Amino acid sequence: MTNVWQQKWHDYQDIAQKGLWNNNQALVALLGLCPLLAVTNNSVNGLGLGLATMAVLLTSNILVSLIRHHVPSEIRIPVFIAIIACAVTVIDMMMHAYFYTLHGILGIFIPLIVTNCAILARAEAFASKNTLDKSIVDALFIGIGFTLVLILLGAVREIIGNGTLFDQADLIFGEVAQNWTLYLPDSYNPVLLAILPPGAFIALGLMIALKNLIDQKAKRPSLVTIPVEVKVSN
Amino acid sequence: MKSELNLQQTMLRAAGLLSLFVVVSVGLLIGVNAFTKPKIAEAERLALLQTINQVMPAERYNNSLIEDSIEVEAPEFLGANQTRIYRARLDNQPAGLVIETIAPNGYSGNIYLLVGVLADGTVAGVRVLSHRETPGLGDKIELRKDNWILSFNGKNLTTDNARRWAVKRDRGEFDQFTGATITPRAIVGAVRNTLEYVNQQGAQLYD
Repeated sequence: MTNVWQQKWHDYQDIAQKGLWNNNQALVALLGLCPLLAVTNNSVNGLGLGLATMAVLLTSNILVSLIRHHVPSEIRIPVFIAIIACAVTVIDMMMHAYFYTLHGILGIFIPLIVTNCAILARAEAFASKNTLDKSIVDALFIGIGFTLVLILLGAVREIIGNGTLFDQADLIFGEVAQNWTLYLPDSYNPVLLAILPPGAFIALGLMIALKNLIDQKAKRPSLVTIPVEVKVSN
Repeated sequence: MKSELNLQQTMLRAAGLLSLFVVVSVGLLIGVNAFTKPKIAEAERLALLQTINQVMPAERYNNSLIEDSIEVEAPEFLGANQTRIYRARLDNQPAGLVIETIAPNGYSGNIYLLVGVLADGTVAGVRVLSHRETPGLGDKIELRKDNWILSFNGKNLTTDNARRWAVKRDRGEFDQFTGATITPRAIVGAVRNTLEYVNQQGAQLYD
């Protein structure tokens, strides 16, 4: 009994590590770059799109995993696409109703989640071959990994290009968040390039480079400390 | 022969299954649409009212001005073929107009404006609804970036001061921004045209 749970726990850890780092959809698979680059000129937009993408991912992974034994493989792709398109449209309408202003800002990029290959890729490569619990864990961590990159990229671009952080947080968190915006001192001169499209490419490129650097550092055998036994004899 | 029949069966089964999925999806979407539609309309109304109240202070009128609106055709003054005008009234007396104007000559495309004009012809407020001007240069027309857009408040247009309705570079009285003259020039022109239209039409806009 304990063995089964240990095995499961181990699997989850593995899935989590892949979603957040080793197979991060934005930094490694480089999927879903169009919305990623377009909306991340501020951290709150990044968070909004990240959460929407995660919701779609979760829905599609759950449904695909549930039906995986009942759909013949010839029509699995159209069925996945129908599920994803349906989930995206539902979330689009929900956001339109409850987060009106944010929906206006994210605009076309919410319906465009349908075309985010990361979602179809997870449905095809993971959810259609794995159990429900694993698919949920996969969706969560792939989603969190994607969202974190969106927030980080948005934050970096917002700080450099606009001199603020968490601007307009009230669009997601309500009126409590009206004063969450952090400002750099007035003497700071924003570098406009960062919030323009080229800034997105440059910042994402630097993030990918940084990730690769960290991976390389981790792989390189560090200086081995040789244990030396010192015998003290009287 | 048998395998052919099997193939046909498999195909039929697949087609049926796919149709089933599509029907279920469409059904779900119809349901969610019916559920969210009134909420979206309400949110839209609220957002519109919030913007309108920025250019027409809520205490100046007491009618429901979203319902009390007309469509006019004056592309030469207001930019679009069809322009919506919301009419504010205080105790059934004309209090002001809120006009969705377009400045067609921005630096990159149309600039959509909301102009509030009081019944005596002075500007109650101007706000930019949407634009694609250069971030950091032309976007100082947004209130959250700069107070410039407030410089229209309380101004009116008469035959005497018409020449001063321009940016400083054109020897008018409105500031331009460093590095961006075209954007403010477009907005000053659009607001001036709107006032000209209101002056010209006079009280009949409230009928």
